[in-house]
Amino acid sequence: MSVPLKTRFGAWPARVAARRALREAMGRAGVDPRVPGPARSVSAGGPYHSGSALRWVHEGEVLEVTLHRAPCNEIGLTMLAELEELAAYVRAGAGGAKALLMHSAIDRGFSAGADLRELHAGLFARAAEGASTLAVAREVRGFLDRIHAVMDTLDQAPITTVAAVHGVVFGGGFELALTADVIVADKSARFAFPELRLGLVPGFGGIPRLRRDVGNAVVRDLLLTGRSLNASRAHAIGLVSQVVGRGKALQAARGVATQATRFEAETARLAKRFAKPLPRAELEREKDLFVEMLGRPVVREALTKFVESDDVRPYLP
Amino acid sequence: MNEEQILAKLVELASARFKTDASKLGPDDDFFAALGIDSFQAMELMTDLEDAMDVEIPDYELQGVTTFRALAGVIEARL
Repeated sequence: MSVPLKTRFGAWPARVAARRALREAMGRAGVDPRVPGPARSVSAGGPYHSGSALRWVHEGEVLEVTLHRAPCNEIGLTMLAELEELAAYVRAGAGGAKALLMHSAIDRGFSAGADLRELHAGLFARAAEGASTLAVAREVRGFLDRIHAVMDTLDQAPITTVAAVHGVVFGGGFELALTADVIVADKSARFAFPELRLGLVPGFGGIPRLRRDVGNAVVRDLLLTGRSLNASRAHAIGLVSQVVGRGKALQAARGVATQATRFEAETARLAKRFAKPLPRAELEREKDLFVEMLGRPVVREALTKFVESDDVRPYLP
Repeated sequence: MNEEQILAKLVELASARFKTDASKLGPDDDFFAALGIDSFQAMELMTDLEDAMDVEIPDYELQGVTTFRALAGVIEARL
């Protein structure tokens, strides 16, 4: 399901204006666009950003963001850093885009969630260095604050956001999809919060956002069983707006995003602000709970079991 | 649908998805080994089964299920 990156710019003046907007946006975000490197590749007709985890490009008035980090867009420090760049770009006006579309170029799915191997390695490395439990908790809290800031920015972006998902939409990947205003699912999509098997709750804002969108009985079912829902079931409970055939989610999501661009920008912004409040207090409580739970021995045992497992089904709870 | 009919449908779907000769898949074969699939691909098969048979199969009911026959039994219990 690898999706070729299409690049299409308008006439030359539009390209010049777009590049100027990018320079200004990066300047406001504290990023120097003149610094060479794959994360800030800018070329006429090319992507605005091309990193090792994300790339994005303007297609008309839609900002298309592609997740492309193998094996399945795990969210660790690399992905987080690039998501922060995206968030900065969105805060700076998203280059004038009126809609944002997010999808994955990885065959296996949208995202398998947090990078558990990185989390495991980090926790054990810090313990080996003699870091106190309090110090580790502070560092984890710092990571959570960063990822929450990204998720909240995408959630509250003043433009319409669409996620096209397929395959694995698990844990942190599910939480990322939940920031979108509209989710379009390929029939292959499966949604799950498997965090309880690690002795944790979802930590990237997933439960407060899910509770905002569906009934609490569904939230409890997903959270407390760790089971996965297919796209049809997700559609039936109102989580997903559209279900389309295999390989068709991106095309359908482009239709949604393009439709959203037809409305006057301020009208859409005001409507979204009214319809999509941010559950701030609950998001803060989630971070506190996650850090509190992470300090328990059961988490390290579960993470070690996961990392060392040769089970062919490590993702099944 | 009885278990034999489910089994036949299951083998048909599995062989189509993973391009495997259905005649080489036995009801008591370990489907992970017979199809050469991993956990992600097993989820794809589960999604195909749920769509084709209009049934919901909770992941936890598949713990310890490794053969086509056992999988057919799980599905039959939910039809």
